Amino acid sequence: MPTSTPQTERAATRPATENLLEVSGLEKHFPITRGAFIRRTVGAVRAVDGLDFTVRTGETLGVVGESGCGKSTTGRLVTRLLEPTGGKITFEGRDITHMSVRQMRELRRDVQMIFQDPYSSLNPRHTVGTIVGAPLRIQNIPTPKGQKRAVQDLLELVGLNPEHYNRYPHEFSGGQRQRIGIARALALRPKLIVCDEPVSALDVSIQAQVVNLLDDLQRELNLTYMFIAHDLSVVKHISDRVAVMYLGKMVELAPRDALYATPMHPYTLALLSAVPVPDPSRRDKAQRERVLLTGDVPSPIDPPSGCRFRTRCWKAQDKCAQEVPPFVELAPGHRVACHFPVTDAERTPQGRMAAQHAAAEVPPDTAAEPAL
Amino acid sequence: MKGKGMATDLLASGQPASGGSRPSAPRSFLDVRDLRIHFNTDDGVVKAVDGLSFQLDRGKTLGIVGESGSGKSVTSLGILGLHRHSKARVSGEVWLDGEDLIAASDERVRALRGQRIAMIFQDPLTAMHPYFTVGAQIIEAYRVHNNVSKKVARQRAIDMLGRVGIPQPARRVDDYPHQFSGGMRQRAMIAMALVNNPELLIADEPTTALDVTVQAQILDLIRDLQEEFHSAVIMITHDLGVVAELADDILVMYGGKAVEYGTAETIFRRPEHPYAWGLLGSMPRVDRDVRDRLIPVKGTPPSLINLPSGCAFHPRCPYVGYNGIPCRTEIPTLAEGSDHGVACHIPPAERQRIFSEDIAPAL
Repeated sequence: MPTSTPQTERAATRPATENLLEVSGLEKHFPITRGAFIRRTVGAVRAVDGLDFTVRTGETLGVVGESGCGKSTTGRLVTRLLEPTGGKITFEGRDITHMSVRQMRELRRDVQMIFQDPYSSLNPRHTVGTIVGAPLRIQNIPTPKGQKRAVQDLLELVGLNPEHYNRYPHEFSGGQRQRIGIARALALRPKLIVCDEPVSALDVSIQAQVVNLLDDLQRELNLTYMFIAHDLSVVKHISDRVAVMYLGKMVELAPRDALYATPMHPYTLALLSAVPVPDPSRRDKAQRERVLLTGDVPSPIDPPSGCRFRTRCWKAQDKCAQEVPPFVELAPGHRVACHFPVTDAERTPQGRMAAQHAAAEVPPDTAAEPAL
Repeated sequence: MKGKGMATDLLASGQPASGGSRPSAPRSFLDVRDLRIHFNTDDGVVKAVDGLSFQLDRGKTLGIVGESGSGKSVTSLGILGLHRHSKARVSGEVWLDGEDLIAASDERVRALRGQRIAMIFQDPLTAMHPYFTVGAQIIEAYRVHNNVSKKVARQRAIDMLGRVGIPQPARRVDDYPHQFSGGMRQRAMIAMALVNNPELLIADEPTTALDVTVQAQILDLIRDLQEEFHSAVIMITHDLGVVAELADDILVMYGGKAVEYGTAETIFRRPEHPYAWGLLGSMPRVDRDVRDRLIPVKGTPPSLINLPSGCAFHPRCPYVGYNGIPCRTEIPTLAEGSDHGVACHIPPAERQRIFSEDIAPAL
């Protein structure tokens, strides 16, 4: 196992200037069709609606947001498991937006994915050896010491017993299965790994094991991660930069410490204040300053005009309904899509309490799903 | 606020955890003594809950924390009397306001369930019937226990839906569960659980399936309703953040047993069981500077069919055999300390020293 260096030094020691992945204007609209024989499109779920971001070589980009915000779709677009509706994805300078399956095969050596559910992402009829060896077979990767040996090395790398080569997924616990999924993703020595909620299904003590493993592998193999999760604590622990998504759009993207210390988008502020504080002596303070949003996330079929957060935002004004806020850099490396970003005064306890009262006054949006 | 009741209860009742002698009269509103729930399976006896004791007063919240398979949900179903007699062997005592629910007849428990005791389940989509409207299900829960007309019950359902923050309750009462969003379904289930003003509310992972902003809304709601109705609440969760938000007392379960029991303040500030240390070390914190590394618990949770000998935690414990303590052979009992029970063989003074010198600085 590699020796550990303090995480704060990581960003400095890494060459984090070169962009491994560049995404601009990325869109994915899922059509909604009606009719049994004559299918016609009656609308679209705008799951991802115009994303601009980059992933730098060697960094971990955390992507957070609530269910339905499009973070998983983004991961699947970047790995090209889904075909984008619009926009452009560039990997190492190559445009991969509309590559065919055959063209993508080569790219799969460099871009891999770890899935959330370690139960459904492993074929129950295949042994661990077959599962982890599949990428090597499909890509015709030469294995000088034999494929079995290569797979066993991978199992050892992720902390599994190499002798379990012939076992089936059901013989492993959830945490061990997630390690199998990680071993499979590592088989081709990729440059970028998209992790889609890799620890959400695991118990707390096992979750920490897997987070540490991902950390170790990143240092050892110089990996770049796009880490998609809804758990803000885990994302804070593992990420160098963090992107916050809301209803198909990125609302804030900033270096980790800046995002958690000085959130600029009202949604980010509310999201962070909602995280339960594991400290009973501070709960009263946390509750006093918590900005509770009213209502639910609107439907991505018919998102609000202008800023999508305006229906739940306590700072919304007329401008928010009329103009889509541009995603601009307000501090070094800190991009925000908001007409009225959070000010320093609002981050003080008094400011938070004022925001709490204002947010509670926002009438919940009661509009049902739009009729189609 | 900080659950002083429990500390005195532990001392005053002086109830041995094994519970051999005839018990004294229950001191608390809910008094669970030596609860055991065993299942006979083809592979052997699963001791899902094995000798659990705790007390809870009105208006207080007990958090039960543990990983999958630690027996926390089985405990809640046991209190509700929801285990089938043919499948499960339930023993021990569950005193609710002076009445033993384990000894009570099925009819009696059925009358109490939904009336004085109610439950909020983890997944509201499976806990609610998809075929009936939300309103119909709340109305049924009310009319089973109250002899009122449909009209009165319907008004009660609308009031409850409004109370838990469903917008336009008079219209939404006739919606089906699938027409509600996840957060609204959970609110509707809370409305159903609270329709009879229960005195004991058991919430089994009530926010696990929800997003963090909705979770904050729901926890806020449970807190408000508890204040209003002065109910006792048992909050079952694996999320230490959630218990820290709500609980007065915390019970940490491992392998079907309580390994540590104390006030929330104690468990988070001065935990003494190595498993509790492991849980705190595993947890990334959003409210602190990032630690270099998490400190996970090694290994995996045990199988309840084949529990390790002695202390069930010993294969994962970094202090196993510390100064020759008999971890592998003797089962530690939940020693009743001043305000704090810890099932560990390490002497209390040593535990406190290890925590303050080795564990706390790394958290």
